[in-house]
Amino acid sequence: MTQLVISDVSKRYGATLALDRVSLSVEAGSRVAIVGPSGSGKTTLLRIIAGFEAPDAGTVTLDGQVLANGPAIAAAHRRRIGYVTQDGALFPHLDVADNLGFGIPRDEPDRAARLCALMELVELDAAMLSRRPHELSGGQQQRVALARALARKPALMLLDEPFSALDTGLRESVRQAVARVLAKAGITTILVTHDQSEALSFADQLAVMREGRLAQAGRPYELYWRPADTETALFLGNAALFDAKIEAVGVSCALGRLAAETGGRRGGGTIMLRPEQFHLSATGPGLEAWVDDVTFRGAQCGVALRAGHEETEIRFTAQISSLEAPQIGDRVFVSIKGAAFLFPAPR
Amino acid sequence: MTVPLSLDMPVLPALPLRRRRNLAGRAMLLLAGSVALCALLPLGFILWIAVETGWQTALALIWRPRVGELLVNTLLLELCTLPPAILLAIALAWLTERSDMAAARFLSWLAVAPLAVPAFVQSYAWGSLFPRFHGLPAAALVSVLAYLPFLYLPVAAQMRRLDPELEHTAASLGQSPTRIFLRVVLPQLRLAICGGSLLVGLHLLAEYGLYAMIRFDTFTTAIIDQFQSSYNGPAANMLAGVLVLSCVGLIGLEWLLRGSARYARIGSGSPRPASRRQLGLWRWPALALPIVLALLGLGVPALMLSRWLMADGVSIWRQGALAASLATTLGYAAAGAFAAVAAALPMAWLSVRAPNRATRFLESCHTYPGALPGVVVALALVTVTVRIAMPLYQTVATVVLAYVLMFLPRALVGLRAGIAQVPVELERAAASLGRNPARTLLAVTLPLAAPGVAAAMALVAMGVATELTATLLLAPNGTRTLATEFWALTSELDYAKAAPYAVLMILLSLPMTALLHAQAGKSLNA
Repeated sequence: MTQLVISDVSKRYGATLALDRVSLSVEAGSRVAIVGPSGSGKTTLLRIIAGFEAPDAGTVTLDGQVLANGPAIAAAHRRRIGYVTQDGALFPHLDVADNLGFGIPRDEPDRAARLCALMELVELDAAMLSRRPHELSGGQQQRVALARALARKPALMLLDEPFSALDTGLRESVRQAVARVLAKAGITTILVTHDQSEALSFADQLAVMREGRLAQAGRPYELYWRPADTETALFLGNAALFDAKIEAVGVSCALGRLAAETGGRRGGGTIMLRPEQFHLSATGPGLEAWVDDVTFRGAQCGVALRAGHEETEIRFTAQISSLEAPQIGDRVFVSIKGAAFLFPAPR
Repeated sequence: MTVPLSLDMPVLPALPLRRRRNLAGRAMLLLAGSVALCALLPLGFILWIAVETGWQTALALIWRPRVGELLVNTLLLELCTLPPAILLAIALAWLTERSDMAAARFLSWLAVAPLAVPAFVQSYAWGSLFPRFHGLPAAALVSVLAYLPFLYLPVAAQMRRLDPELEHTAASLGQSPTRIFLRVVLPQLRLAICGGSLLVGLHLLAEYGLYAMIRFDTFTTAIIDQFQSSYNGPAANMLAGVLVLSCVGLIGLEWLLRGSARYARIGSGSPRPASRRQLGLWRWPALALPIVLALLGLGVPALMLSRWLMADGVSIWRQGALAASLATTLGYAAAGAFAAVAAALPMAWLSVRAPNRATRFLESCHTYPGALPGVVVALALVTVTVRIAMPLYQTVATVVLAYVLMFLPRALVGLRAGIAQVPVELERAAASLGRNPARTLLAVTLPLAAPGVAAAMALVAMGVATELTATLLLAPNGTRTLATEFWALTSELDYAKAAPYAVLMILLSLPMTALLHAQAGKSLNA
């Protein structure tokens, strides 16, 4: 059963086309992350889903209910959609209890019990109910904002970069807590972020946006290892790209012959190797290369490598465990783990 | 026969779909546009007198020794008041903000407190202490005492806002403390000094009571003399035209001196407060400056008022007119406050929620009458009502309209701050939690904006409570506010009877002093 259907949504601000015929289906109960660089239209799309903006064209439906049909839209307060912003947007004049209860009718039975249950759901102490928003830390504010949106039992939850205002250390733990809470409540969620690692770890569906278009959508693993184009490949992580010739089996490039799925294609193409696919050894077998530079990053380290001579010289970066880091100037042998990925032929 | 596809999934009712026409925004634009049109009345009046009088007559009226005399007086007044006021403001601000002078916080309150004493009460105190003290020296001294807070407030605020890192960097580049003050601190005070000086300069041009009391002729006093003798003649109008030109000149001068530079703090995060300079042996002598200023600006009015009050004892409070004029003043203050805030509301909303070139233009239409002397606004309204809407001449409605025009900028500042307390994200959050727009307004927007609205109303009300010039010219015959009654009594040299009126006006202005001090303090934390 498909829940949210966005079809051919376009939106223009003056001369800029913020969204260009974007279509996306989100299945019930899934967690979708929309990623893209700033200005790619992801926040505009979210605001159209929430009902704060009207599209110029296209439709949005949720469980068969039409939310937007071109510029005619349903009011935001009638949609069953929760919304959590970057800074939480807690009402500063209300305490935590009143913030949580903002969407719950006053005459609802056992309102107090529900507030406590909500606090428990987002793993906060019920004693905080009497606090004011400014007395909470950033992470606590985000949890209250989430609980406030959950109180309405929304059919869909929209998260607009909710972790980006938090400290790096806190971000990871709040993100995990939020993912846990949403999974427990079984609510369909759309997260908008410009942080690809956040998107990869949070979502079970990923949609990559670029210049107002939906570049690719699918499972995070799929998109990371089988991107539709080089831009998506590089947006989702570091990658080494090589021109390659397609052989009967696999491909051949400056690194030598590599395994790859070619789908019976002929001629040339571009292949991608992720830095963690390179394996370095002191004795071989593999391609002989020299270490230009080593960047220590804690658990991992980046090793800049140089191979070949003169015109055929190539440079690429491997990522290996920092326990196995070579010295600058060392000679190493490079072998490849797994297959190279051959980009689909450009249309 | 149709078979339902899914039994567990109830079909949801269709939601009403509507095109968003941004009705609120358009309505606000329309309202703000109408207010701006009203606010353009004084400007239209100036243009109209320029056109109607014609070159010949205008030249004949302006090219008189009398006008030259007034021009020289005005220039001398500005020149004798502004430089000492600027120096005093910088010295006071440095002492209260950046030195370890004793009781700095209390003295900073004392430096602002003269705002509570209306300028014409200040000159009443000095005039009754030294009856022979008049002319330029008296005018300059009383002006400095009355208007110094207008310079002190922005300079002190800016001084506290300065990033100490810049001074530390200058020190690490080998600059002595004196040179750091001259090369790093002082240039950063330029905007505050320019802004404050403009405000003081405009007050010097616009004030009537202060100068009339100590017999110093300025354009404003001349216009009112002219108006009271020959009513609404072209001579008064021409003088008003020259006065407006002087204001424009002053604004242009400030604009030139201010330059286009912006002094923003580099880097993010909130700045650490600057350390205070140890005065050492000077710690106690330094107290002399703020204390002498407080004695002159607050002590003299206090002394004279208490002397007049003592002279006549309790009976002086039993004047029937006192209670009546207090009631009238409160009525006008409330009416002016409500009207000005209501008129400023659409513009404030637009400038926070829909800032663009068009709304910025509308906003300057709202704020420019604040720079016009009250006497010009009043003359404009007299002319318009006499010529076009005679039934409105000398009615409460016209007086309130004058207050609205004069105090629109004050109302706008407070309202803008109030509305900015409600970022649009909060209204969106309320919508996504199921509140419809009307209930969002009640539950989120109004409670958060209320303090700003209240502050705006208070500022306008207190401005109205001590307003003299426009009230004198426009109020219906027999209207007695505290200010006009005080004025009438002092004109009859009945200084003792006037004292209770002055005391009441000071009491009504005290909250404004506190508000302005708090506002300047808040802008520091933001």
